[in-house]
Amino acid sequence: MSRIVAAAAIRGSHEVVRLVEQEYEAALSKYGPEGRIGFPGTAFYLPMAYALLGVEVETLGQMEPVLEEARSLLSEEPTERAWLPYLSSALDAGIATLLGQEMLMALRYLDGREPIPGWHGFISDTILRSLGIQLVDGRLPGFAAVIGAAPDNETAVYVIRELQKRNILTFLIGNHKGRTMRDQLLEEGVIPEDPVAGWDIYIVPLGPETHHVIYSLNWAIRGALTFGGVRKGDWEKALKYCKDRIFAFGLGLGDIDDLKYASGAGAINMGFPVICDTPVPEIRPTGVCTYEELVHELDYQKLIPTCVEVRGVKVTVREIDIPVPVAAAFEGETVRKADMHCEFGGKYSTCFEYLRMRDMDEVEDGKVEVNGEDFHEIEEGGARPLSILVEVAGRKMHQDFEPILERQIHTILNHALGVFHMGQRDMPWIRISKDAVKAGLRLRHLGQLLIAEYHHRFGAIVDKVQVRLSTDESEFPPLLTEARKAYNARDERIAGMTDESVDIFYSCTLCQSYAPNHVCIISPERLGLCGAYNWLDGRASYELNPAGPNQPVPKGRVIDPVKGQWEGVNEFVYQASNKTIERFNAYSLMEDPMTSCGCFECIVAIVPEANGVLVVNREYLGMTPLGMAFTTLAGTVGGGAQTPGFLGVGRLYITSRKFISAEGGLPRIVWMPKELKDAVMDRLRKRAEEIGMPDLPDKIADETIAETSEDLLEHLTKVDHPALSMEPLL
Amino acid sequence: MAQRPRTINEAARTMLECAACEGVELAWERLEAMQPQCGFGKLGVCCTICAMGPCRIDPFGMGPQEGVCGATAATIVARNLARKIASGCSAHSDHGRTVAHALLLAAEHPESGYRIKDERKLRRLAEEFGIAHEGRSAEAVAKELAEACLGEFGKLHGELVMAQRAPEPRKAIWRELGIMPGAIDREVVQLLHQTNMGVDADAKNLLLSGMRCALADGWGGSMIATDLQDVLFGSPKPLRTRTNLGVLKEDHVNVIVHGHEPVLSDMLAEASRDPEILAKAREVGAQGIQLAGICCTGNEVLMRRGIPPAGSFLHQELAVLTGAVDAMVVDVQCWMPGLTRLAQLFHTRFITTSPKAKHPGVEHIEFEEQRAYEIAKTILLRAIEAFPKRDPAKINIPKHEVDVIAGFTAEYVYTLLGGKYRPSYRPLNDAIIAGRIRGVAGVVGCENPHLTQGWGHVEMMKELIRNDVLVVATGCSALAAAREGLLTPEAAFIHGGRGLAEVCEAVGMPPVLHVGSCVDNSRILIACCEILKEGGLGSDISDLPVAGAAPEWMSEKAITIGFYVVASGIFTIFGQPQPVMGSPEVRDLMCRQFEEIVGGYYAFEADPVKAAQLMIAHMNKKREALKLRPMMYEPAAEMTMASE
Repeated sequence: MSRIVAAAAIRGSHEVVRLVEQEYEAALSKYGPEGRIGFPGTAFYLPMAYALLGVEVETLGQMEPVLEEARSLLSEEPTERAWLPYLSSALDAGIATLLGQEMLMALRYLDGREPIPGWHGFISDTILRSLGIQLVDGRLPGFAAVIGAAPDNETAVYVIRELQKRNILTFLIGNHKGRTMRDQLLEEGVIPEDPVAGWDIYIVPLGPETHHVIYSLNWAIRGALTFGGVRKGDWEKALKYCKDRIFAFGLGLGDIDDLKYASGAGAINMGFPVICDTPVPEIRPTGVCTYEELVHELDYQKLIPTCVEVRGVKVTVREIDIPVPVAAAFEGETVRKADMHCEFGGKYSTCFEYLRMRDMDEVEDGKVEVNGEDFHEIEEGGARPLSILVEVAGRKMHQDFEPILERQIHTILNHALGVFHMGQRDMPWIRISKDAVKAGLRLRHLGQLLIAEYHHRFGAIVDKVQVRLSTDESEFPPLLTEARKAYNARDERIAGMTDESVDIFYSCTLCQSYAPNHVCIISPERLGLCGAYNWLDGRASYELNPAGPNQPVPKGRVIDPVKGQWEGVNEFVYQASNKTIERFNAYSLMEDPMTSCGCFECIVAIVPEANGVLVVNREYLGMTPLGMAFTTLAGTVGGGAQTPGFLGVGRLYITSRKFISAEGGLPRIVWMPKELKDAVMDRLRKRAEEIGMPDLPDKIADETIAETSEDLLEHLTKVDHPALSMEPLL
Repeated sequence: MAQRPRTINEAARTMLECAACEGVELAWERLEAMQPQCGFGKLGVCCTICAMGPCRIDPFGMGPQEGVCGATAATIVARNLARKIASGCSAHSDHGRTVAHALLLAAEHPESGYRIKDERKLRRLAEEFGIAHEGRSAEAVAKELAEACLGEFGKLHGELVMAQRAPEPRKAIWRELGIMPGAIDREVVQLLHQTNMGVDADAKNLLLSGMRCALADGWGGSMIATDLQDVLFGSPKPLRTRTNLGVLKEDHVNVIVHGHEPVLSDMLAEASRDPEILAKAREVGAQGIQLAGICCTGNEVLMRRGIPPAGSFLHQELAVLTGAVDAMVVDVQCWMPGLTRLAQLFHTRFITTSPKAKHPGVEHIEFEEQRAYEIAKTILLRAIEAFPKRDPAKINIPKHEVDVIAGFTAEYVYTLLGGKYRPSYRPLNDAIIAGRIRGVAGVVGCENPHLTQGWGHVEMMKELIRNDVLVVATGCSALAAAREGLLTPEAAFIHGGRGLAEVCEAVGMPPVLHVGSCVDNSRILIACCEILKEGGLGSDISDLPVAGAAPEWMSEKAITIGFYVVASGIFTIFGQPQPVMGSPEVRDLMCRQFEEIVGGYYAFEADPVKAAQLMIAHMNKKREALKLRPMMYEPAAEMTMASE
């Protein structure tokens, strides 16, 4: 019964706080109260303490109030009879445990005891942001914190495949009698040695102790701060955000001890239920969580379906009749050389994929044609040429949708377990694993998969699909010529589109499930800040789902052509932002700029002393000349609030003609990380030439030139950067 | 009548048997001696308002149907009832005023011994009353708040501040009907005026005014009392103690606090720990001082200080019979003058303390808030003096005492269901919506020797919880339930339906929640508002699957409570009928037409199980209107019913 659970959680919280107190004393005597403390790659200090208590812990001394709060939440165990209400004490014990475990891990980072080799450890802000879009568009419907280990390896693999099949991100935590789920999955070859590589297959081992669960939870709480616009210390909103918007759950495998109960109580505070494979007492009345708080399911066949049901995770699993499982969770899987049966393209052979629209009577729906050697006929380790021709027809199909649909070939094929796909157009690289071929995978199955997925995802515009796959290079030339002509034509068409040439923009409110007041306006010259949606995507998405997150926004009367303000857009944004944003300028950084959800690829930030801006990408971990890393800057941008001087943008926008054109555009850029600069250099040069400043790209500093504002200014003066002589930004 | 058991409680039965052997006369004997009681009074058709009377209307239609002035049965019944409402309202509201005075004292004279114990609530109330509080001392804020609350009794214009807590649709109804209360005193005065000879002869108009006066109690005087008591004496949270006569200790100086206001008793509790007092107690051979409560004073010190309640209304005389009560200290309301003669048969010092409540032959130590601590000590010294005078032959403390969990409030529900970081009513609303809990019933009120003591309360509660109804209880009802073990979490598994038991188990709470004294019925109103705010159960109190009951009522205050509960939109059952049965017109108004007018209405049903079934039927009706899911589980198996 619940009393047993409450008693255990309360005991566990005492245990955690006692442990922190010991370690804290030891650290204090070793490093003193000024000893620096924190986690790598976060702007949120100790994120749980920051979110719940609003404290910015940077030194050991500053940890004291957090410890004090944790202590104050401890209570006595409920008595054997005539007990006092214990739900509140158990929940408080859970918070004490969260705060305690976070401090414990921070103390271990202090002297290098974390992360434990082979385990991931703390999860950085960057990972959260880059997963943002997947979290909102349903590709990653939720996450599971698996604590303990399965009774045997076979069950471990079964459970993890069930999770992967549903695209649920899984964290492996703790152990059962010394055995970890990581051990089990490593032994079965399901996961790689490198824990970071686990992100690609949705399985990330965090740490072998129960305490390591905090890494998943203080990652989740940052969702509220990053996407939800929740302020530090607003514990009520932060926890409610987690309950309402983050579909996480705990899965306890093996015995549940006091510590696991206490951690579970912490998770329940966040609205994350706990499901166990042992007969633990249940807590079924709902309300703290959306559905039940604690349940058990002893039948492994039903275990994951129960988890999904109890948390209300929205998953769509479709069985596609090919010999290997198909799910987004397999997208990041690589097929290593040793596991490879055969490969296509890359530097080894000709390979291309091409999707074209045909008339209705020219396409026979469901037809798969195969020509040439099939996988099993190729010798192990062999490379062959490959062409993939997808032909679609549909009453609502439009030529503009061809490139959008074609790009999906990459994603669709990657979802098959044992198929690795990279690149696009005439530069793909495909590998097929030995296991897949052994399981019976053949060329025709790729065709079937493509057809099924096009119907499923694009049913609104695609009525008929047929596919031809060929490994016989002799038939390539005419088709390849046509394909290359089409690739060029498509590039020219989108390059020629301007904001002025269309009357309608598209909105994107996909992220409102996370950032309720944020709305993106996507125009031909400004793609979504996540980098994943351009204007054509917006249009296609609207065609696919007229009630969906991408709606047409008529520009209406022009209010300011320079800053990019339109009556129709303002009206739309006001409504769609829940009446929080009255107007915005599409091309301005300084005046009523566009808001951000939190999953922006880059941040544009004003550098006042240089009269310019810097652009920093989220992969860049170093310091910017503003004295802030990306993660810290990101804290000022997300959550759907307008912050003049700061903008979240997609990479492609940097070289758009409309890049902060209200403030003078490209010549304002004074600094970018080298990696970003290199990545956009071709387009940067082209754009610089267009505006008559061909040497501009060379004048933009990077971290190898300047990491402080002094060095930056010195450099800018030396190279006579145009920003210095432009109109004052402020 | 003689065959009906006087009580369902074991300890009380023990005392009654001993009382019989000593030939002492108690309320039950006095009731028997009073038989047959006046039928006209009972039916409400006796009018003594003017000196042309007394008039009485023949309920059988044979005799006169109009009084001397021409007043019909309806007019007479309604006027009499209205006067009772005014009386009840003045009792609760005067209680509220006393507390407001004490708060003022705490603000102006901290040396009085009163202190502000819940500053957060003080500031929240200040916010509500539009008093600037940021950056100001608690005392400065308290002074202004106390004055603002005192102002509520006599303000010239406007509606009561706390009545604004009611949901918007409810307030719209009150304003439409002209029953939104203004100044509390004024509502009492106007109602009394309306009942004066030759003023209001319209029963409906009288009863609507009665509602306005009652609302001035429930959403005014009582609510002020509750909230300011929390500020002054601390907001209750669940605690565990023991109850029944067995809490009296043979080797301690036993002091019973009885009545309604915690202003004195809280100070007595404080003084009972004074080293000087304890030393004096030891001097006379006592181990210490045992404070115990009776009636609502008992509830007040129970829920804030964990002081064990010795009993409820009908226990007041039984406690003296133990021969171990060294002092019985009363303040106001519900103490029986019969105590005076009874105490004289024992060594018990019977002490009155309020200038409003005296009795010839009784020692009166007048309580002055300014010298509260000093007076409290004086009173305790009297008890200590009495201790050596106990007659060992008369000492007979029944060994009965049971665990009790008490001290739930509308505010505490947030913490109860979510802890410090997830405070919420959601789990309660969820439980109702999902069909684990059918609804919530407030079972409240007095005891009455006309009925077997505790039978109405306890049987009604058992039937309700068996049907998955969460019960909240105040006053003597809560104490009766406590004595039978219903205020323990285990009771959910013994008596509760499966759905309710699941919720109680998850939370660790009893199926019957002790929410305080009779002014704390205001807490139930606030809880209703909080449930509505949480969402999913309608927009007005009358939408909620809730009901109220006073199965063993006797005081005029109960009538007032009934009226503000009904006027707030809640179906309410009284065990014995109110004195209105002499006018079919008034009865029809209350038991039928009120529903259309204010959403709430009355039923009179003395059988507690049948009454519970009426409440359940009402909740089912409301659940259906809200389109809630059917109940998750069948009711628990019927317990063997204790029946008359």
